[in-house]
Amino acid sequence: MALHIVVMAKQVLDPETPLSAFRIEGNRVAAASNMAPVVNGFDEQAVEAALRIKEAIDGTHITVLSYGTGFALDVIKKPLAMGADDLVLLQDPAFENTIDPMLTVAALVAAVRKLGDVDLVLAGRQASDWDNAQVPAGIAETLGWPIATIAKAVEVDGTTVRVQRVLPDGHELVEAGLSAVVTVSNELGAPRYPNMRGIMGARRIQPTVWSAVDLGIEPASVAPAFEMVSLTKPESRVETEMITGEDDADAGRKLALRLREEHLV
Amino acid sequence: MLAGPSVGDAAQTAIAHGAEVVYAVESPVLADAPPDAVVAAAAATVAVAGPRIVLGAKTLLGRDVMPRLAFRLGTALASDCTSLALDADGRLLATRPTYGGNADATVRCLGTPAVASLRPGTVDALEADPARTGDVVAVDAAIDASVVRTRSVERVEQAAEGLRLEDARVIVSGGRGLGGPEPFEQLEALASLLGGAVGASRAACDAGWVPTSYQVGLTGKTVTPELYIAVGISGASQHMAGCANAKAIVAINKDAGANIFKDARFGVIGDWAKVLPAFAEQLHELLD
Ligand SMILES: Cc1cc2nc3c(=O)[nH]c(=O)nc-3n(C[C@H](O)[C@H](O)[C@H](O)COP(=O)(O)OP(=O)(O)OC[C@H]3O[C@@H](n4cnc5c(N)ncnc54)[C@H](O)[C@@H]3O)c2cc1C
Ligand SMILES: Cc1cc2nc3c(=O)[nH]c(=O)nc-3n(C[C@H](O)[C@H](O)[C@H](O)COP(=O)(O)OP(=O)(O)OC[C@H]3O[C@@H](n4cnc5c(N)ncnc54)[C@H](O)[C@@H]3O)c2cc1C
Repeated sequence: MALHIVVMAKQVLDPETPLSAFRIEGNRVAAASNMAPVVNGFDEQAVEAALRIKEAIDGTHITVLSYGTGFALDVIKKPLAMGADDLVLLQDPAFENTIDPMLTVAALVAAVRKLGDVDLVLAGRQASDWDNAQVPAGIAETLGWPIATIAKAVEVDGTTVRVQRVLPDGHELVEAGLSAVVTVSNELGAPRYPNMRGIMGARRIQPTVWSAVDLGIEPASVAPAFEMVSLTKPESRVETEMITGEDDADAGRKLALRLREEHLV
Repeated sequence: MLAGPSVGDAAQTAIAHGAEVVYAVESPVLADAPPDAVVAAAAATVAVAGPRIVLGAKTLLGRDVMPRLAFRLGTALASDCTSLALDADGRLLATRPTYGGNADATVRCLGTPAVASLRPGTVDALEADPARTGDVVAVDAAIDASVVRTRSVERVEQAAEGLRLEDARVIVSGGRGLGGPEPFEQLEALASLLGGAVGASRAACDAGWVPTSYQVGLTGKTVTPELYIAVGISGASQHMAGCANAKAIVAINKDAGANIFKDARFGVIGDWAKVLPAFAEQLHELLD
């Protein structure tokens, strides 16, 4: 059976951005000029999960969907370099990256419907910018598909998807009938590095671009869930007492005495 | 809203803690709380109760149930909130960390109802008072077994040896700076001396030095100990998201510029391999 997997991948500000380079301007995060965007880490793991399924099942086709504006092509093409087959950018001036997932979900759902024959949607467990962890849930609810979250292994067997979920102190095996949505966590393992052939191949693939009109959605008519009131840098709440000594060992001993004084040990 | 095969005494407990009305959804399908069934139970309750605001917690079950419930109700979730308020028009204002903790967003929720989930440990429950009274309303949600489409086949929980991180009064946590799995033995010894438990950063878990169940942070465990000792951890915002509510954080790190010192009550700039043994030895003397 030929399987069509969609991987949802988001371009985000590099979460390793040092705090000093992280700026907020007028309720928006301003990307520091020296920081390149990256593919959301968990989404790379979702690509990896898709590639493992493709290795197990001949004829699997992987389409990557990304919603947004201002794509850096060399960044968002990374899933192609890893081995995905197609890239579709949902790109429109209205597709801004805001904290509100309503339009994101509407556009991604429209794209999955437009593709038509999708068996499995793989996504990251959360995006490292807004940390919302809800676009996949919104897609599953809107399409009426089952969902399994926080996967460390994903396997397709006929028309069933089997998912090992990460629990705080263990794991759970769940299964659902296709079509389904699965979100992937870092416990899946490191995503593969693109090799030279992959990188060259990705260069030749032109992404398909779909606008709001192509998707048949009217952004203004999608009711937002939120209105941003403020976006601020949290303030450090503690005053730090530095413990010093003659050397490292001495500082260690003084630390113990100080914690005792404060009745913390 | 309480849901389960049978709600039992939980309704009276909720009332003692301040609930004025308890909606009880009972069905055998709710045994073991499959998220699909809990979403259905909650949606049925919302239809009966007509609330303006729906709240849950971002716990294991809540992180599956709440976003889906929000979309089923035609809106999105204000997720993982650390504080809630009402504006002058009675609309929900939800404040939540974003960008891994680098930015706090406050949003006005426009959905009817507004749906939000709270980060565990951010609010204290009202003291139980058995004198409080309230109504219990049974909701007939007519939940059929067929609503459960993601089926649990097997659940394996390795009961943590000793103390659970979530319950520990003291946590000794290690990061990439430890350089390998062996130093965690020193952390274990220190934790047992202090009657605590060992945690870790994601970098240490991803490296395979300790099981993933040790991970503290945004995508790991949320912990609230009295004392959190971070050894060789840089203090990335995503790590701090899991331990920021500790009473006191102690940082041992060789880099004076490490982010962890910003949140630490006490800090030692130094090589853990030299600081830690002397620290442990001194503690032994003090505590034995
Ligand atoms: C419907 C249901 C049936 C369950 N049946 C069993 C069982 O048969 N055996 C078993 O060992 N454990 C069962 N559990 C799990 C048990 O209730 C959890 O151990 C308990 O919820 C632990 O809370 P937690 O802090 O992990 O929060 P979570 O369970 O993750 O809670 C997340 C959120 O879901 C909501 N929620 C959680 N539990 C309930 C509830 N009972 N009713 C209404 N809302 C709830 C609350 O908003 C909560 O904040 C059941 C849970 C539910 C919801
Ligand atoms: C969406 C998302 C979710 C995430 N969730 C989590 C999460 O839940 N939990 C989590 O921890 N991380 C999480 N991360 C990862 C996080 O961003 C950091 O990458 C991670 O916490 C770094 O771990 P670390 O501090 O151990 O390693 P590093 O950042 O590499 O820090 C190592 C530290 O050790 C110090 N060091 C080195 N040698 C010594 C020595 N000899 N003595 C003393 N100090 C020494 C160094 O100075 C350095 O500060 C998440 C990231 C993303 C994007």
